[in-house]
Amino acid sequence: MTTKLMGEPVRRREDLRLITGRGRYTDDIGHGAAAAAFVRSPYAHARILGIDVDAALDVEGVIAIYTYEDLVGPMAEPLPVLIPHPQLTAPRTGYPLARDVVQHVGEAVVMVVATDRYIAEDVCDRITVSYEELPVVVGVDAARAATHAVHEDVPDNVAARHHQETGDVEAALAASAHTLSFTQYIERSACMPMEGKGVHAVWNHDDSSLRVHTSTQASTSVRAAVAAKLQLSLEKVEVVAPDVGGGFGVKIVHPWPEELLVPMAAIALGQPVHWAEDRREHFISSAHEREQRQEITVGYDDEGRVTALDVRGWHDNGAYTPYGIIVPIVTATQLVGPYAIPVYRVRIDSVYTNTVIVTPYRGAGRPQGCYAMERTMDRIAQDLGLDRAEVRRRNLIQPDQFPYDHHLTFQDGRPVIYDSGNYEGLLDKLIALVGWDRAEERRVEAASRGKQLGIGMAMYVEGTGPGPYEGGHVQVLGSGKVLVSTGLTSQGQGHETAFAQIVASELGVPIEDIEVVTGDTRRFGYAVGTFASRAAVMSGNAIALAARGVRAKALRIAAEILEADPDDLEIDEGVVQVKGTPGTAIPLRTVAVLSNPLRYAFDEAARQATQFAGPGDDSKPPVAVGDAPGLEHVDYYSPIRSTFASGAHAAVVEIDPTTWEIDVVDYAVVHDCGNIVNPMIVEGQVHGGVAQGVGGALYERMAYDADGQLQNASFMDFLMPYASEVPDVVIDHQETPSPLNPLGLKGAGEAGVIPGTACIASAIEDAVAVRIAAMPISPTELYDLVRNPDAERVPAATPGVPA
Amino acid sequence: MTEPTTVSTERAITVTVNGVPRETTVPVRRLLSDALRHDLQLTGTHVGCEHGVCGACTVLVDGTPVRSCLVLAVQVDGKAVTTVEGLARDDGRGGEVLHPVQEAFRECHALQCGFCTPGFLMTMAAGLEARDRSTDITEDEVDEIVGGNLCRCTGYANIKKACRHAAGLMKEAAE
Repeated sequence: MTTKLMGEPVRRREDLRLITGRGRYTDDIGHGAAAAAFVRSPYAHARILGIDVDAALDVEGVIAIYTYEDLVGPMAEPLPVLIPHPQLTAPRTGYPLARDVVQHVGEAVVMVVATDRYIAEDVCDRITVSYEELPVVVGVDAARAATHAVHEDVPDNVAARHHQETGDVEAALAASAHTLSFTQYIERSACMPMEGKGVHAVWNHDDSSLRVHTSTQASTSVRAAVAAKLQLSLEKVEVVAPDVGGGFGVKIVHPWPEELLVPMAAIALGQPVHWAEDRREHFISSAHEREQRQEITVGYDDEGRVTALDVRGWHDNGAYTPYGIIVPIVTATQLVGPYAIPVYRVRIDSVYTNTVIVTPYRGAGRPQGCYAMERTMDRIAQDLGLDRAEVRRRNLIQPDQFPYDHHLTFQDGRPVIYDSGNYEGLLDKLIALVGWDRAEERRVEAASRGKQLGIGMAMYVEGTGPGPYEGGHVQVLGSGKVLVSTGLTSQGQGHETAFAQIVASELGVPIEDIEVVTGDTRRFGYAVGTFASRAAVMSGNAIALAARGVRAKALRIAAEILEADPDDLEIDEGVVQVKGTPGTAIPLRTVAVLSNPLRYAFDEAARQATQFAGPGDDSKPPVAVGDAPGLEHVDYYSPIRSTFASGAHAAVVEIDPTTWEIDVVDYAVVHDCGNIVNPMIVEGQVHGGVAQGVGGALYERMAYDADGQLQNASFMDFLMPYASEVPDVVIDHQETPSPLNPLGLKGAGEAGVIPGTACIASAIEDAVAVRIAAMPISPTELYDLVRNPDAERVPAATPGVPA
Repeated sequence: MTEPTTVSTERAITVTVNGVPRETTVPVRRLLSDALRHDLQLTGTHVGCEHGVCGACTVLVDGTPVRSCLVLAVQVDGKAVTTVEGLARDDGRGGEVLHPVQEAFRECHALQCGFCTPGFLMTMAAGLEARDRSTDITEDEVDEIVGGNLCRCTGYANIKKACRHAAGLMKEAAE
């Protein structure tokens, strides 16, 4: 047993249940519930003419069939625009079930409830929906051309024009010694958690309460949304995120139609209703991300120092904007990375297409921003004949420039002011780790084996831990057990372990005595959610503050009992003792018992706290004014603004000039997320992020055809990396604590994925000496590009559309 | 339990699941994955894609790894099925002794969300049990054992590490 666990690679406390089949994911809960299944639109854009359910009604086992006509009150209104923004001038959201028009393949039109899922799908097969097809808009270029509109009342297909600038970019460009302009494109990918979404709803008719289990990243907000949409009082709704099989962003969106419809049916039918998303549904009715077109103009001096940067971007937001313009805002504000950019202007239009909605996927716009900035650094180096690392070095924000104000507004509405960092340190470590200076030597060696070797690097800064807040509750029970809860959710990040490490260290109790619960509104009702690498920063600090509150109270109570000064006391291994006098001590569990004055001795421990147990001070009330019974504390952490983690990646690729296969042979990561709670968990996050970065760079794309049909909506056709596609990753850490929070933490969840596309593109370009603008890139595309470098996959700006 | 329907008939099957003979009646179209999860309530077997690509649903049928989403429950009539719930063995004192692959996954941080984990564990257990335990495992063997399952969290590095570690534990035990 040990209590000083910050920074230790503590083995995960959630693992035992997960390796023995005792985890409980949403689809593992509630055997025998009625099953929901959905009829979804087969068309990307169509008007619903009629829904014929007659043939479905005689299927044995059908319980109910719902269409838009069955939705009442707030359920019949559009789904919420979760994050309004003044520049989001034409927000549009769908209905829980499509009303008149479907806007993408996969949009839910009919919900069926039956005795089991097989029968529910039989019923779906017998429902006929007739449609009138409408013109389809697919891709950024078609959206910009606006020959057809996705939403009738948004004729230019523009949901938002996001615009930020820090000075007169035109003048700064005109005054620059050199300028370059180029265009880039990045494809769609998706989170693709191994567990799809799922909802299980139980209505308790006797006390009119609803319990919903859902595979979500935001249980408190799902709760509020369900209560609002179904017109229930908040205290009658509980939402639990049980074990969740990965999220990566897609499960932060809420309420998904199914999160409202399944509870609605459970209430209407008076029986538990269950829905588990299948993989095809996840492809066509959840969310994607990444697709952007970027037109970049950069001005720089003879030394390669950037003097001005102008980015014009188009972001494909899919059919609806429930999550607002968070992704383009993040791209716009995180693009500048670790560099001091004197004058910066960014204008990103967020445009509608008849495709699945685009909402954050791990990185949430940062990979695109990093791609823009880092390829810009490469272009400058190329133009001036300078080393790519050296150009970066000349542009880095220096350690004495923190806090560094970019004069931009971040996704949380707060200024982009970097809290701390050591970017040159990252670069030096990366150069050493990957052997940047030995690249030429390796190139020659690879050539002797018939391979073309290339090396690339990319740096990033990641705004992590945005507010508004998270909370933590810590309670010591009379048994000595320590209950910890926070409202944000877990999807595999090891929160039960990391948060327990924090409490063990702050409170001085053995980790074995600590139990952590996340994402359960029965335990903690106030929370925002798990996104933007914020869990450790936000809930970690909130829990630390709560533990400090418990500690202060424990010392105060113990000081009275031990007749000592609280300042002379310490808590070690769950025992409060006078420093240097181990004999004068009281177990924390006894303090917990005595903290709650009792009338009834329900067990042996409780006897000690009853009213006749010992001499009391008759001059004071049993619970002092301003005090509360129990050894527990709730606290919140609400930051003034985000913390900014950082890192640098390098990739070495070998290309086979006969097959054009691209093999990432080395991948190096230098990572700075401030103080580290558990290095084992942080490295795991980096590994997973890098794998997704490699997937995004080389394999993953959403292949929509011109009719808006997703051609590769299965794991057979959408290529996610297996072990054979992921390189070995070497990692070096740098720890630059954040001055903004008590634990000095910055987030680590998304970092691994951010620079993947940029640094692999750079490495491939270095290997084949042909400009690469569009990512991901396949061997076939590379072959075509090498044969004909002018056959750029990024077409020039659409004629007639002003940039 | 599903009621007889107009579109499927049912059949009684006997399957030895994790060493225990189980009799159940299933519609002939019922997938083994669904029968395990919903009829027998062994929810440790997870379903990630339902088209045989991700491997999360892998169980052992007569000792051989199969993807239970591609097998009908009626196809395992008379056979022995092992799921992740049956991987650890009873220690005879009311507790359990984890299989070396389970120990290794915990030791090497080879899981994050844990959803794909049962499939990896079953595949790896079968792969390691089928090899000559007296020899050190090679990287090619590790790649072969780990290479057919999808994981979206770990980037596989620690799963490969766990495979090496488990092979080492099994070699030690065999010595």
